[in-house]
Amino acid sequence: MKRAGFVNRWLPMLLLAPQLVIIAIFFYWPAAHALHSSFFLQDPFGFGSTFVGWENYTDLAGNSEYRRIAWFTVLFTCLVTFFSLALALLLAVKADKVIRGARTYRTLIMWVYAVAPPVAGFIGVIMFNQSWGPLTRVFEYFGHDMTLGVNYNDTAFAMVLVSIWKQVPVNFIFFLSGLQSIPKSIREAALIDNRSASGRFWDVTFPLLAPTGFFLLIINITYALFDTFGVIDTLVKGEPGNNPMTLVYKVYVDGFRGNDLGGSSAQSVILMVLVLILTVVQFRLVERRIHYT
Amino acid sequence: MAQVKLDRLRKLYPNGFEALTPTSFEIHDGEFVVLVGPSGCGKSTLLRMIAGLEDISEGTLHIGDRMVNTVDPADRDIAMVFQNYALYPHMTVRRNIGYGLKNRKIAQDVIDSKVRDAAQMLNLTELLDRKPSQLSGGQRQRVAMGRAVVRDPALFLFDEPLSNLDAKLRHQMRIEIKALQRRLGVTSVYVTHDQVEAMTMADRIIVLNAGRIEQIGTPADIYHAPASTFVASFMGAPPMNLLDGHCADGTVTLGEGFALGTSTDTSTRKITVGIRPEDVELGGAGAVPFHVDIIEELGAHRLLHGRLADQAFTVHIPKDQHASTGEMPITLPEPALRLFDAETGRAL
Ligand SMILES: Nc1ncnc2c1ncn2[C@@H]1O[C@H](COP(=O)(O)OP(=O)(O)OP(=O)(O)O)[C@@H](O)[C@H]1O
Ligand SMILES: [Mg+2]
Repeated sequence: MKRAGFVNRWLPMLLLAPQLVIIAIFFYWPAAHALHSSFFLQDPFGFGSTFVGWENYTDLAGNSEYRRIAWFTVLFTCLVTFFSLALALLLAVKADKVIRGARTYRTLIMWVYAVAPPVAGFIGVIMFNQSWGPLTRVFEYFGHDMTLGVNYNDTAFAMVLVSIWKQVPVNFIFFLSGLQSIPKSIREAALIDNRSASGRFWDVTFPLLAPTGFFLLIINITYALFDTFGVIDTLVKGEPGNNPMTLVYKVYVDGFRGNDLGGSSAQSVILMVLVLILTVVQFRLVERRIHYT
Repeated sequence: MAQVKLDRLRKLYPNGFEALTPTSFEIHDGEFVVLVGPSGCGKSTLLRMIAGLEDISEGTLHIGDRMVNTVDPADRDIAMVFQNYALYPHMTVRRNIGYGLKNRKIAQDVIDSKVRDAAQMLNLTELLDRKPSQLSGGQRQRVAMGRAVVRDPALFLFDEPLSNLDAKLRHQMRIEIKALQRRLGVTSVYVTHDQVEAMTMADRIIVLNAGRIEQIGTPADIYHAPASTFVASFMGAPPMNLLDGHCADGTVTLGEGFALGTSTDTSTRKITVGIRPEDVELGGAGAVPFHVDIIEELGAHRLLHGRLADQAFTVHIPKDQHASTGEMPITLPEPALRLFDAETGRAL
């Protein structure tokens, strides 16, 4: 590998500066601030704060509601990740086979990607509208009375469904380009070696998609944990009370609705640690393990 | 082992392009047939139709006694070696070679021993646990061969398997593949655009041009009795000399009236006269003047490039024969002359 060097050692720093400044202002500073305030009990009306040490954290550990939400978050993340990956893979495999009209098909799937999360949530609200939502009708047909925002399970179901729907296009595009980058002759060799289409998929196509799949797995976990905020916010709008929510949404509810800045900060510090772990896992495994050339 | 029979096989691509005009020929059991022709002439298309990777637009294809037009590639009892080897990158050499057997419901211990035998035959034993990315080009080529031989198919199909190798390795593999095919006696169809490969490996050569067969024959036939000017200029390095000539009253003349010989054809028309560079004799009676421009030294022999009757001409001489640039008399022996119709290019 050839290394290119800078003659002037200040030039690289200067070129990096804008990026570093942005990271510092929008990430390190708020992160440090959150870490700091997680050790204090804030006065709800903004009159000073008291140092309480680890108390915000120990409170969380003993809080049964927090634990319940943590479990829901785990379940939610698993469901969203699994189904959005599986559905996207299925669609990509189908789209890969389509030769005529492939463009239309792809565009139809892709436009969902352009929908902003709150809008996706809003579409969910419409679909599950109490009196005329088409999906409510479908459930009615099967004898289930769908009550979004009132029944815990119904709301959870809608949250999972909308979150999956929102994420499928991204996964689809990655899987499709992954499929299309598998050399044609390798597929043809498999066609001669194995008469079963599903056998070929699991023995050849799937392993060759593994690098893409693993990358998407991390992306999807991150999405389900953090980027579903907009969807959840729209679906449970106004009354988080008895409704399901994820840990990220709880940070917001406790911090901005409940004005418990200390507790909320402690929660966000926990989430930051989680992101850190995910990132490390991603770098360790993606960079090292699954790589073919 | 099987014979292959193509009956008016035709290929129309979905965009309407006719890559193969209706083509018929038979390949005998155990025969090594080489498909040769310039780029884009439809060699791969034809091979892939036999493999089942490309639909047959018209006509029928038999492998053995079976009509296989609609049979899946996996059920045609063929093995194919691809130009870029098409090894499965995530499988070890062992699994690459054994994969086709595993899907044919063969017991694992039988597979193991077959893979071991194939690896032995191809000097791959040491490499069985490596991944394709850890192999050199020549080793990958061997693995691709191993994947084909281990299956013991009725038919081997090769699509330019050596074109990614360097000249030395290509020469070595050419001999190995030929020897292997001899030993196993498996009917083979081998695609190449390298006429040396075609000449040295084939029992019979099929020369394709623009989706149609120009000539089918043994290497000697193709070389010495080309059916058209296309074959004459495609096969051989350097190719056959082709000169504009004239035929009248049974006499063949060249350009400004060098009488070359007689023809049984008494009609008067324009013809193309062909002669292999090595068939030309220096000096002699009835010599015509050849103007030598360049002498190409090739060690074992020399090539003299120049002009004859104002047309490009090449003469092949042995290494110990003296030659210099400038005018020199040569003789074109009558038995070595090949005459072609100037319009159609077909042999007369
Ligand atoms: N899918 C396709 N659709 C339309 N035309 C095609 C298609 N595939 C190949 N062709 C055309 O068919 C002709 C024959 O192609 P083919 O690949 O058989 O050539 P080839 O003889 O193998 O050439 P090469 O030596 O370069 O590999 C070419 O003119 C090519 O452009
Ligand atoms: Mg080809």
